[in-house]
Amino acid sequence: MSATAMTIDNPAAPAAEKRPPSAAPAVQAVENASAFRRRLMPPEGALCRNQKSVSAVRRQRLGAGFAAALRLLLPPVLGLAAFVGIWALVSKSSPQLPGPALVFDAAVQLFSDPFYRNGPNDQGIGWNILNSLSRVGIGFGLAALVGIPFGFMIGRFKFLNDMAAPIISLLRPVSPLAWLPIGLMVFKAANPAAIWVIFISAIWPMIINTAVGVQRVPQDYLNVARVLSLSEWKVFTKILFPAVLPYMMTGVRLSMGVAWLVIVAAEMLTGGVGLGFWVWDEWNNLKVENIIVAIFIVGVVGLLLEQALVLLAKQFSYE
Amino acid sequence: MKKLVQIENVGMGFDTKQGHFVALRDISLTVREGEFVTLIGHSGCGKSTLLNLIAGLTLPTAGVLICNGREVAGPGPERAVVFQNHSLLPWLTCFDNVYLAVERVFGTKEGKPRLKTRTHEALDLVGLTHAETKYPQEISGGMKQRVGIARALAMEPKILLLDEPFGALDALTRANLQDELMRITAQTNATVVMVTHDVDEAVLLSDRVVMLTNGPAATIGEILHVDLPRPRDRLALAHDPVFLECRATLLEFLYQKQLRRAA
Repeated sequence: MSATAMTIDNPAAPAAEKRPPSAAPAVQAVENASAFRRRLMPPEGALCRNQKSVSAVRRQRLGAGFAAALRLLLPPVLGLAAFVGIWALVSKSSPQLPGPALVFDAAVQLFSDPFYRNGPNDQGIGWNILNSLSRVGIGFGLAALVGIPFGFMIGRFKFLNDMAAPIISLLRPVSPLAWLPIGLMVFKAANPAAIWVIFISAIWPMIINTAVGVQRVPQDYLNVARVLSLSEWKVFTKILFPAVLPYMMTGVRLSMGVAWLVIVAAEMLTGGVGLGFWVWDEWNNLKVENIIVAIFIVGVVGLLLEQALVLLAKQFSYE
Repeated sequence: MKKLVQIENVGMGFDTKQGHFVALRDISLTVREGEFVTLIGHSGCGKSTLLNLIAGLTLPTAGVLICNGREVAGPGPERAVVFQNHSLLPWLTCFDNVYLAVERVFGTKEGKPRLKTRTHEALDLVGLTHAETKYPQEISGGMKQRVGIARALAMEPKILLLDEPFGALDALTRANLQDELMRITAQTNATVVMVTHDVDEAVLLSDRVVMLTNGPAATIGEILHVDLPRPRDRLALAHDPVFLECRATLLEFLYQKQLRRAA
């Protein structure tokens, strides 16, 4: 602000004061030019010395970058190595637990043909992952569609909040799988019942975080809205929604985490194609190495979902 | 001059856990068109409460406030407020922050190009044309407060209400903005009510300084008329006997008659 402030605050600043600064840059420029020429044409010995020092500096900088990368990567790599090492040791002493090498071979075999179909109960790992993801997607999407507007409503209107609070407190701690029989009863099919379980477990964080976000919109912003007498619609689009968005995204992330946690358990019970069912099927086949592969897949997919939502949330943060 | 704001026997109380708390009592004050009135007092004396009452953000528990011939029943764009902490929306650019206000006030009568021109003019008035596309968190505290002033001015309000607008700024920035505010109010002939706790600021800017007694149940202690010609120049005023006299009166009121014991 300084530059404009000065010119505006002193409109009557004498012109004489402006002359010295305008003369100074010219002198500076002459000096710069001669310095530049000196640098262009250094004595021969100096040139060699300069070149050497430049390459040394470059090497040094490269070394520093390498060291920084090492510092960043070393702990996780060491941690993973230790994990695999302990796993290998444990598997050696207990014959039932397959070691890292066996699991790696199983994974390679599974991913060599991920999209085969041999009847309804024997399909490639790719189909299992996609089926689980689609269930989570539908259940989670429906939960967002219902939960976020509902969160806005109970956040904005205290009466609604007071009405909903006891129900939410009562139902939220219920294990998601307890809802499965209700789903089976209502939908009379396994797949919608699994989606229903995802829906009911993913909805709470979105309702609660959105409502809290609405309640925490700074009073200053609402005062601005009041002074401007903005319409309800303008208040919503220009103030409420952008202010709540970061809270909402937190709810969305928590919900996604819960949904992905619950899907494996739900599919174990409902069957069909999906990671959960596949884990149970491989248990029945006593292919423990495949179960361990499945555990890694669930972990990696969950991690990717989380990271994708973190990236999305960053797009919406204004601070 | 025409009476713009009439405050008649206004009192304000809050119900707290300790019982009824009276913040303000028996406040009567008239603000005329084109006048610059400052409210000064120790912190907690209710000067911001009084400003919020004029703004309509809170309603009095006793008495009436009349603005432009009508009773104040709520906030409205004819009484623009510049908040202490600027209150710009962080997800809108400086331009859009001002445009939101312009659109609200003139959107029904004027086309988009005219609304944009108004916004540009308001930002130009506070010298921020170059920062139009910036977001509030990308500019300095002084600039934010200028945008706040531009937003208020762009609404062409009957009265401009300033709640310690420069309280959070450093002394140099504050002096700059005070000079600018003087220039703008002279240019637009605006009516201003401003809350401050800065004695120099009050004397420099005001036609009248309203001194509030300490709370609870604060009321108007004295009113000082500042008879200094405009435009005023802070350097020339530093040794002006009238300025020094006014300053002394305020200091005497604040530090002798209303000395705070426990604060």
